[in-house]
Amino acid sequence: MNKIGLIIQREYLTRVRKKSFIVMTILGPILMAALMIVPVWMAMNDEDEANILVIDDSFLFTERMTDTENIHFFFPEVGLDSAKSQMVASDDFDAVLYIHKNIMSSPSGIQLIYDKQPGISVIRYIENTIENDIEKFKLAKSGIDQATIESAKTNIRLVTTKLDEVGAESKSNTELSMIVGMFSGILIYMFIFLYGVQVMRGVIEEKTSRIIEVIISSVKPFELMMGKIVGIALVGLTQFLLWIALSTMFVSGGKALIQDHFAKDAPTSIEQAVNSTEQLVPEGEEAVSAELNQEAIDEVFASMQQIDFPIILFSFLFYFLGGYLIYSALFAAVGSAVDNEADSQQFMLPITAPIIFSFVMAQVVINNPESPMSFWLSIIPFTSPIIMMVRIPFGVPYWELGLSMALLIIGFIGTTWLAGRIYRTGILMYGKKISYKELWKWLRYH
Amino acid sequence: MNHPIFRAENVSKAYAGHVAIEDISISVPEGSIFGLLGPNGAGKTTFIRIINQITGPDTGKLWFNGERLEEKHLGLIGYLPEERGLYKKMKVGEQALYLCQLKGLSKKEALSRLKYWFEKFGIQAWWNKKVEELSKGMAQKVQFIVTVLHEPKLLILDEPFSGFDPINTNLIKSEILELKKKGTTIIFSTHNMGSVEELCDHIALINNSRVILEGEVKEVRSRFRTNTYNIDFQGSMMQLSASLGTYGELIEHEPEGDHMDATVRLVNGATTNQLLGNIMRTVEVKGFHEVIPSMNDIFIEAVERYNRENLKP
Repeated sequence: MNKIGLIIQREYLTRVRKKSFIVMTILGPILMAALMIVPVWMAMNDEDEANILVIDDSFLFTERMTDTENIHFFFPEVGLDSAKSQMVASDDFDAVLYIHKNIMSSPSGIQLIYDKQPGISVIRYIENTIENDIEKFKLAKSGIDQATIESAKTNIRLVTTKLDEVGAESKSNTELSMIVGMFSGILIYMFIFLYGVQVMRGVIEEKTSRIIEVIISSVKPFELMMGKIVGIALVGLTQFLLWIALSTMFVSGGKALIQDHFAKDAPTSIEQAVNSTEQLVPEGEEAVSAELNQEAIDEVFASMQQIDFPIILFSFLFYFLGGYLIYSALFAAVGSAVDNEADSQQFMLPITAPIIFSFVMAQVVINNPESPMSFWLSIIPFTSPIIMMVRIPFGVPYWELGLSMALLIIGFIGTTWLAGRIYRTGILMYGKKISYKELWKWLRYH
Repeated sequence: MNHPIFRAENVSKAYAGHVAIEDISISVPEGSIFGLLGPNGAGKTTFIRIINQITGPDTGKLWFNGERLEEKHLGLIGYLPEERGLYKKMKVGEQALYLCQLKGLSKKEALSRLKYWFEKFGIQAWWNKKVEELSKGMAQKVQFIVTVLHEPKLLILDEPFSGFDPINTNLIKSEILELKKKGTTIIFSTHNMGSVEELCDHIALINNSRVILEGEVKEVRSRFRTNTYNIDFQGSMMQLSASLGTYGELIEHEPEGDHMDATVRLVNGATTNQLLGNIMRTVEVKGFHEVIPSMNDIFIEAVERYNRENLKP
């Protein structure tokens, strides 16, 4: 086996066998799954029972408040004060809803008095019901009947269609593109940081343990640096692939578990909740929204077919690795210039600044993926890995993609060459505080 | 003199504004132990790094076994740096295997040789230990094995005995001599002049970036002879000094049991026979031998002389 292969193998195996790697690989997806499942699960468990006494002085709402599965209304024929004491005295009632006499003329001032804090969904439900009813009363008063209203209700959903140069139309789904773009951007951002720092740590370890001199009497410093960078890239790829595989397993497992658990209660709404953590469809519009939902789902599927997944997947892998590579050599150079990790701070800033900058700019770019700024940021090698990945789901002309990739490769060769020059001098320097001026000198050694 | 396995011709190297070595020319005969000596900061480490191709020279030529020194020769050179180091978290066996493979050994070959050496040093039990669990001396042993395992033609040892107790020092010393017997050439850098006298055939003394003294150890030592002799005798000191006459002058003396011990330098071109003839008449000579300067004295003398003559205060 050639030497660089040996180095890659060592860097890979020692890291993959570490306990921390195994722990992170298993914990990562559990955390990710937990992040997706727990809010849904909590939202569903949150709909606790609420028994509410309604004191309606306007007499408009008596028996109009309809019970739901969790919320029950009672209409005792007593005054407010005795209702209050009844609520406090008994465990059966949680709150008193007081509707005053002049509700039609002044709709504010409706009170909910509780001894046990009702959930936000309970409050929303009461507000919605009263609102709807008052609206209906008012409309009826002005002589408009319900049917007219229903027929006047319109629900609009824009179908966004991209028209490219050759005139082919493709329907796009902006939200889906945003999610895909942002998610890839975040992954690349994480990868650069997590594994770039590992490269730096590895270099510092070799330097402080003094093994460096033994190794570079066998291989060229550049080979050692590249072997380390590639080895750690493979560790990163392994970890992310395992994360994706395990997350899928956990999420689908968790989903099945939840569905099983709640199957009897409300299978459809739970499924919706699991699929998207969006809020549940507001009551009262269910019929309309069901129809709309079907349309939206069709549309999502249609635009999923429009999003060029092979291109996204290919570019993701390319920018995932390219972004890591262009920065990792610089991390290696920083590691070589210092004696311990604490000293690395002063050199980290110029490296981390463009990464953080592109991550911040990603949120701007995602809202305006075709602006000149977005274009330039996705072409310049230091920002392109994150920014281009954010843009790709919206559709990017092939020439831009090609240019950006070519520049990233050139950028990678450039930073690696630069870093290699600093690295081979730095690894043999001990006990010296290094300044930027010093680094500049190292660059010019031959 | 054997044909040289390694030769440096007018090698110079400067770092920004600082000359590390200047115009160094040495020739290391095959199968010899070559002492590379010099005060701290003289440029030894830089020169060793150039031989290992860790850094390149600015000017000058390097030859290995008759060819220009290049990357392919790295597998024929073994290097034990002064600052030892191994991966702390890696297991001993695995690490030794890795380092040997980097020197170009196949995995199979490396394994069987490692087995041999681990048995020889009685350290098989360390194979699965992490380096951080070993003591400093233990780690040094492992590192020595790794350095010689690929059977280099040229072995560079920088302070090989530092950190070893006397027993292990002896063990390593005998290994070095055995390697020499097998034909390995050794460049040996140290500040311990005793071991230079014991082991080295040739030396080069580097001071202030230049070679200021070079040659076979015997020849160098005789070059520094001062015509000084040690006389072991019975009789009185007065009688001895009186009998020296114009042939010699007394440098120092001390009683040694029932004997007297005196150090005398020959002067005015006198021979030992003339001196002995004189003193034998007055005292009973028990022993007479030339005082050959130690490498330690030579080191100090050469460096100080050079600094006096070449460095303006």
